[in-house]
Amino acid sequence: MIRRLLVANRGEIARRIFATCRSLGIETVAVHSDPDAEAPYVAEADLAVRLPGAAPVDTYLRVDLLVAAARRTGADAVHPGYGFLAEQAGFASAVGDAGLTWVGPPAKAIAAMGDKTEAKALLADAGVPMLPTYTDPAQVEAFPVLVKAAAGGGGRGMRIVRDPADLARAVESARREAAAAFGDGTVFVEPYVERARHVEVQVVADAHGTVLSLGERECSIQRRHQKIVEEAPSVAVTPELRARLESAAVAATRAVGYLGVGTVEFLLTPAGEFHFLEMNTRLQVEHAVTECVTGTDLVRLQLLVAEGGALPTAAPPVTSHAIEVRLCAEDPAADWLPATGTLHRFGVPGVTVEFGTEARRDSGLRLDSGVRDGSVVGVHYDSMVAKLIAWAPTRDEAARALAGALRRAELHGVTTNRDLLVRVLRSAEFRAGEIDTGFLDRHPEVFAPLLPPDRVGLAGLAAALAGAAARRAAAPVLGTLPSGWRNVPSTPQTIGYAGPTGPVEVDYRLDRSGTLLNWAARQPTSTGQPTSTGQPEQTGQPEPSRRPEASRRPEVVLVAAEPTRTVLTVDGVRQVFAVHRVGAVSFVDGPDGSVALTELPRYAEPVPELAEGSLLAPMPGTVSRTLVTAGQRVAAGEPLLVLEAMKLEHPVTAPTAGVVAVLPVTAGSQVETGAVLAVLTPEHPTHPAPEQPATPDPDRSATPDPEQTGVPDAAQPGSSGPE
Amino acid sequence: MSALRTAVDPAAAAYRENRAAMLDRLAELEGALDAARAGGGEKYVARHHDRGKLLARERIELLLDRDAPFLELSPVAAWGTDFPTGASVVTGIGVVEGVECVVVANDPTVRGGAVNPYTLRKTQRAGEIALANRLPMINLVESGGADLPSQAEIFIPGGRVFRDLTRLSAARIPTISVVFGTATAGGAYVPGMSDHTIMVRGRAKVFLAGPPLVRMATGEDADDESLGGATMHASTSGLADFVAADERDGLRLARQCVRRLAWRKHGPPPRSTVPEPPKYDPEELLGIPSGDLRVPFDPREVLARILDGSEFDEFKPAYGRALATGWGELHGYPVGVLANVQGVLFSEEAQKAAQFIQLANAADTPLLFLQNTTGYMVGTEYEQRGIIKHGALMINAVSNSTVPHLTVNLGASYGAGNYGMCGRAYEPRFLFTWPNARSAVMGPTQLAGVLSIVARQAAQARGRPYDEDSDAAMRAMVERQIEAESAALHLSGRLYDDGVLDPRDTRTVLGLCLSAIHNGPVRGAETFGIFRL
Repeated sequence: MIRRLLVANRGEIARRIFATCRSLGIETVAVHSDPDAEAPYVAEADLAVRLPGAAPVDTYLRVDLLVAAARRTGADAVHPGYGFLAEQAGFASAVGDAGLTWVGPPAKAIAAMGDKTEAKALLADAGVPMLPTYTDPAQVEAFPVLVKAAAGGGGRGMRIVRDPADLARAVESARREAAAAFGDGTVFVEPYVERARHVEVQVVADAHGTVLSLGERECSIQRRHQKIVEEAPSVAVTPELRARLESAAVAATRAVGYLGVGTVEFLLTPAGEFHFLEMNTRLQVEHAVTECVTGTDLVRLQLLVAEGGALPTAAPPVTSHAIEVRLCAEDPAADWLPATGTLHRFGVPGVTVEFGTEARRDSGLRLDSGVRDGSVVGVHYDSMVAKLIAWAPTRDEAARALAGALRRAELHGVTTNRDLLVRVLRSAEFRAGEIDTGFLDRHPEVFAPLLPPDRVGLAGLAAALAGAAARRAAAPVLGTLPSGWRNVPSTPQTIGYAGPTGPVEVDYRLDRSGTLLNWAARQPTSTGQPTSTGQPEQTGQPEPSRRPEASRRPEVVLVAAEPTRTVLTVDGVRQVFAVHRVGAVSFVDGPDGSVALTELPRYAEPVPELAEGSLLAPMPGTVSRTLVTAGQRVAAGEPLLVLEAMKLEHPVTAPTAGVVAVLPVTAGSQVETGAVLAVLTPEHPTHPAPEQPATPDPDRSATPDPEQTGVPDAAQPGSSGPE
Repeated sequence: MSALRTAVDPAAAAYRENRAAMLDRLAELEGALDAARAGGGEKYVARHHDRGKLLARERIELLLDRDAPFLELSPVAAWGTDFPTGASVVTGIGVVEGVECVVVANDPTVRGGAVNPYTLRKTQRAGEIALANRLPMINLVESGGADLPSQAEIFIPGGRVFRDLTRLSAARIPTISVVFGTATAGGAYVPGMSDHTIMVRGRAKVFLAGPPLVRMATGEDADDESLGGATMHASTSGLADFVAADERDGLRLARQCVRRLAWRKHGPPPRSTVPEPPKYDPEELLGIPSGDLRVPFDPREVLARILDGSEFDEFKPAYGRALATGWGELHGYPVGVLANVQGVLFSEEAQKAAQFIQLANAADTPLLFLQNTTGYMVGTEYEQRGIIKHGALMINAVSNSTVPHLTVNLGASYGAGNYGMCGRAYEPRFLFTWPNARSAVMGPTQLAGVLSIVARQAAQARGRPYDEDSDAAMRAMVERQIEAESAALHLSGRLYDDGVLDPRDTRTVLGLCLSAIHNGPVRGAETFGIFRL
């Protein structure tokens, strides 16, 4: 019997495992890096041990420290979670050698499945269908192909290659990324199947010979080979196909002498054929959908098997449909640029259960999150902040409920993929079940923010009016007089915001009774043509004519303005805008969507001038390599250094030919967004590149077609979340 | 506490007629304000903007705290005179960094911001308000100096402006100047006499004499920048404390100066920070006063729409009933109110007022005078009962009272009633006029009638026949003249008040003034003049 369990992980998965432990009466031990010291999972654990440092290699990947932590706290078992050391056979062995119970498959099974080329060879003998594998790129004859890291997972190190000329470079790049991420640079190549679906089978095996299959999950909606929407069951799997998939999965499980919870992943072709991809020898991120449709607590089963217990003889029936989304701190429209910052508010309405599965209901909303209000999303770890799962009798109901809850969620302070997830869930193709791993490439429209651009001005008005109410409430004198009262009105109140697509200038004027007399919101576009909303004067008061106004003018009536909410009637429709201000940033959640608006300084503060030709970090990260030295002459497009953020490489290239004047960073330098990476003296002084943001080279990124997802506009400082 | 009740019926014919008449007056006021806002007119406004400069009111808006109220003072100064309405300067009380300040901004679109006799009076009035109420003073300077054709009326009295600035400073009331353009000759002493001086780089020209005059006087060839540029004054002469990069930056620096004053108010804070609004709609104030000043109205209907919670505890309600006196609060500040009910002041009213004013002084409570008076009662009976003596009691009390006084003329302010009810000469801290109100030594008809009687008596004394036709013509002419001269806009144009109010703004304006007043101490009088009992 396990008495005290150490979870060698962080964030939401640590909280997930602790939740089951609490219900079973098992005491919990957390480990934490320095940035995670205040994380919710640490606070929830009975005991916690610090792992000094921040980088995974210094903390969550330190087998010695983790085993020592278990010893020091008197833990008698270790759960690895997912990621980090979850699939390191060496860690499983070290835990066993220390006399502790390992909550996971045997080290041998981990090792067997850990090298994908070996795994494929082993399972081919067991009769599991699979695609051919090339370990030597020279053997490849047909394209497209997929380059994969043998030790990989989570899409890291993967490259699609359509042109034979690109193969060598892709293999080299994948090797480097795999070596950095997994400590093993082995890669292999396999055919790439167009419009394939990702279908996986949840298995669980005990030491008494029972192997159960708990049905399949479909995880076809992926970004850069990382799953973001997962569901169970799959609409593409017929009972007949399910039987074949489950039997292949059980065969694979038995073939490797597997114990505990695992996942066998398959590629499902449009023709209905399936091929083994890999076996994940861990609890998966998306395990929650299986839990929701079967009512099973998979962590409980893991602990049961680890304690030598026996599984039930039959798998529970699938009784509903569940969909999970991974809410990540990233900007899909900016090439999935990781976002950091303080999550000032994290609120999801209508959650019926957190982590648990005990609430057996026909439908519900489950939240597995690693964050709370005020959590800091940093540069060191994965960008996923929470999982949200809706289950319901039908897939349509689950999708609608999930989209609705996501849309209404308060996610303030860090850019997330929320809008994209809502658009995916609401898209006709998703509703029709017509999904495959290329879904996002074919649907650039889901990258658009939920809030239509022409409604940003209205959100700006709502923010301005709530801000005015807050200023009035806080005014040290004359706070009880009407807002902005004038006996000789001439100019309206004005306020400027930095919005997602540029500045928004809002004018408003209230009369003595608080009625909105007139307003305007201007969004100067890049061409200098202002788009605007507003309404003509309703009084005889003159307003100085400003700039030309466009035709679209919703009629707005102010119903109520309070510091935290503005109620407007827009073209006869009453709408509530929640406004949450943190410093200069107003987070506006309205019926059409959400937007963060950063108040522009009323007066330009004196700023230190940047040297001409400065290349700025487009995102926070670590300089992994510098490729030039100060004084070196470089050609346009030449790589100067490589910035690594969220385990992806972003080469920074010279925008023009010139001489590297200053190189203030070295390998290992931690940089924040906007930090100067290099200063380039251009060779053609007539074309200087002042304050040029460093643009990641799209050719080197892992996205198959960066044109479709939009080349990152790294010039937007807001992309990493306002501070 | 007693909440006032109302007898106002918005459906009544009289109410609707009153309201229509008031709306006509408000339209006239709006026309005058339009003229003030227009400044020097479209052409000069456009030229000013094209130079990258902000208008006076745009500068003020950028100076003030966002969404805070701003009360323009004397907005229609010079209305009905030969000078442009507004008098080429904007003055008012606004909030800067949470501090109520007096702001004076030249309007450079009006003849280059030149100072005419009304500019001078308006500026001086703003200075008086700053001094009396301990309000920091911010000058937004851009003026070509004296309007030369009227220099005779400006030059000698104009020196007061600079004297007042340094007296403010001596009274530890901070003065701040931001120079946006020319401030030459006498004008140079505005920044010169200020505690804090900010000049806008490349724009400010602060010198006693510009290049042409310097050449005339000494033969020296000099340019603007070396004679009086911002950079020179900041680095060489030391006249400028800060150089602003541009106009906005200058306003930012002015706010920075105010922030660092660590200002605190000397008067007590409001008794409530969440005062109850009046129970009745201030919109109805438009229908309360009659368009005909001969028709009296109950000022309690006005109080019911301006006092907190419409609560008014009347003092001596059964005595001297032509004058209502009592206590209430306005935006949380306690006030004692004296309001004419029937127009005429009798001996009882005068004695009641004298007692009430003493009570307010004993309690350090500010006084609010709501004028609607035709004066003290005349006639043998009243003279013999001592109406002068009793009127003198009231004037003595008003004159020597040291609690702050606020006066609003709601209708009529005639004769010595104007004095007893704290007219301009009795130095209320603020005096405002409703658009329907009038003020004169007596009503136009009465004045013309008096003239007619005197002329008739003179004719009779000489045994000459009296020409009735020319008498009628004379009376009509005099009535028209008095009518015009006693009208609100006319009086406001001559700075006999601090502005004509939309009645619906009365509560807001009085609340703002009370708060501003409390920057200074609020202390009642220890002694009065000898009361002739």
